[in-house]
Amino acid sequence: MRIFVTDQDGTEHELEALEGWRVMEVIRDWGLNIKAECGGSCACATCHVFVDPEWQDKLNPPTDEEEDMLDSVADYEANSRLSCQILMSEELDGLRVTLADSARQEEAA
Amino acid sequence: MSGNEIVTDVVIIGAGPVGLFAVFELGLVDLKCHVIDILDRPGGQCAELYPEKPIYDIPAFPEISGQGLTDNLMKQIQPFGAEFHFNQMVTNCEKLEDGSFRVTTDADEVFLTKVIVVAAGGGSFQPKRPPVEDVEQYENKSVFYAVRKMDDFRDQDLVIVGGGDSALDWTLNLEPLARSLTLVHRRDQFRGHADSVNKMRALVEEGKINFITGQLGRLEGENGQLTEVYLKTAGGELGVPATRLLPFFGLTMKLGPVADWGLDLHENALIKVDTERFETSVPGIFAIGDINWYPGKLKLILSGFHEGALMSQAAKRIVHPDEKIVFQYTTSSSKLQKKLGVA
Ligand SMILES: Cc1cc2nc3c(=O)[nH]c(=O)nc-3n(C[C@H](O)[C@H](O)[C@H](O)COP(=O)(O)OP(=O)(O)OC[C@H]3O[C@@H](n4cnc5c(N)ncnc54)[C@H](O)[C@@H]3O)c2cc1C
Ligand code: FES
Repeated sequence: MRIFVTDQDGTEHELEALEGWRVMEVIRDWGLNIKAECGGSCACATCHVFVDPEWQDKLNPPTDEEEDMLDSVADYEANSRLSCQILMSEELDGLRVTLADSARQEEAA
Repeated sequence: MSGNEIVTDVVIIGAGPVGLFAVFELGLVDLKCHVIDILDRPGGQCAELYPEKPIYDIPAFPEISGQGLTDNLMKQIQPFGAEFHFNQMVTNCEKLEDGSFRVTTDADEVFLTKVIVVAAGGGSFQPKRPPVEDVEQYENKSVFYAVRKMDDFRDQDLVIVGGGDSALDWTLNLEPLARSLTLVHRRDQFRGHADSVNKMRALVEEGKINFITGQLGRLEGENGQLTEVYLKTAGGELGVPATRLLPFFGLTMKLGPVADWGLDLHENALIKVDTERFETSVPGIFAIGDINWYPGKLKLILSGFHEGALMSQAAKRIVHPDEKIVFQYTTSSSKLQKKLGVA
């Protein structure tokens, strides 16, 4: 299984993913720039990604908890999601996301 | 309080779980502590990020919430009378000739201390900055991330952005003072208290404030003084007159001023310590909890507690070099029990 992640500099990375892993964990373990400060507890919004519009409908819709956390991303767009709330499964093989600026380890200057 | 220096044995930077338990271990060896935190209450990440969530790996607590752990720690350290200084950030640290330190906060409090314990966790919580161009140039002049003086907002055209309690509370509190007030949020749903949401909606209906669904687009103004903010809305760009802007997007953690104290760091983000004393590269400055690094480090509350116990022995030797340290158990030592107020 793989996912395609575009980083904040616009470079696309093809990452191997495992069933049951959170997309945030895949991105973090491959060493891309993601802060994920709360470790996946839906409590920080620093794992913010933009989901490719073609994939948006294939994801489970955000829970109320995720919607609430999305209120605290200043660069919100209609396809914003928290990558720690997306679990990898067969259906998501090939998922495309872009890392948001607000997910950077050191906030952009 | 400038001019009045506070003299103490130990200054603990950070009132997270690890800083709190350090008060206990230091108290057992008779060291007096002052604890400083940027937040307005104790608990660090546990209280700020997950007060309601259960933790399952605190020894002897099969399950306890972040807030529950904090409350228990506060109760446990109560006998030692540590003094807390909230709402301030430690900014400077200077080594004095006699080997002690002078520590200063952004609220101009000054401490003279023999030992510093950095228990700053993931760093300092700082407000998230909106990604609009040139926002820095307006900060603390016409863009604020917190309200320090309500009067700064009197007769101003105020724009508040956000959908949580801070945004709602300040909308309600500042409405009577401001010349005009516009609340902006990305959706017409709020995660604040229902009561505040109702009050806010009533003000909108009475025509006293505006509510716009949208997001910050760009700022206009000169020399740090805003004149207008432009919002991105479903209907396109919308300009709103604004002389003050309050964005409330919550907090994020940064290492902060401690990074500039000349301590040896690991990957520019964590403070290197040894695993016997948990001392940094500067003798007399210790680092425990999430902020430190050593081979094998695990960012667990449990590890931070252990680090605090060993650190306290080393701190004791610095503060009272002539006293012999006797190893004692709290169950059997009447001396320790006296300190705890149970004997
Ligand atoms: C969602 C979530 C779930 C977690 N679950 C667990 C779990 O199940 N088990 C576990 O063991 N751990 C868990 N953790 C990790 C645990 O919370 C941390 O290990 C712990 O909080 C570290 O404590 P600390 O006291 O070192 O730092 P923190 O809790 O980060 O506290 C540091 C404090 O220092 C203050 N500070 C920083 N710099 C300054 C300065 N310059 N001046 C003044 N004050 C300053 C900060 O404001 C903060 O209050 C979890 C963390 C999160 C986010
Ligand atoms: S990692 Fe914190 S919300 Fe996803």
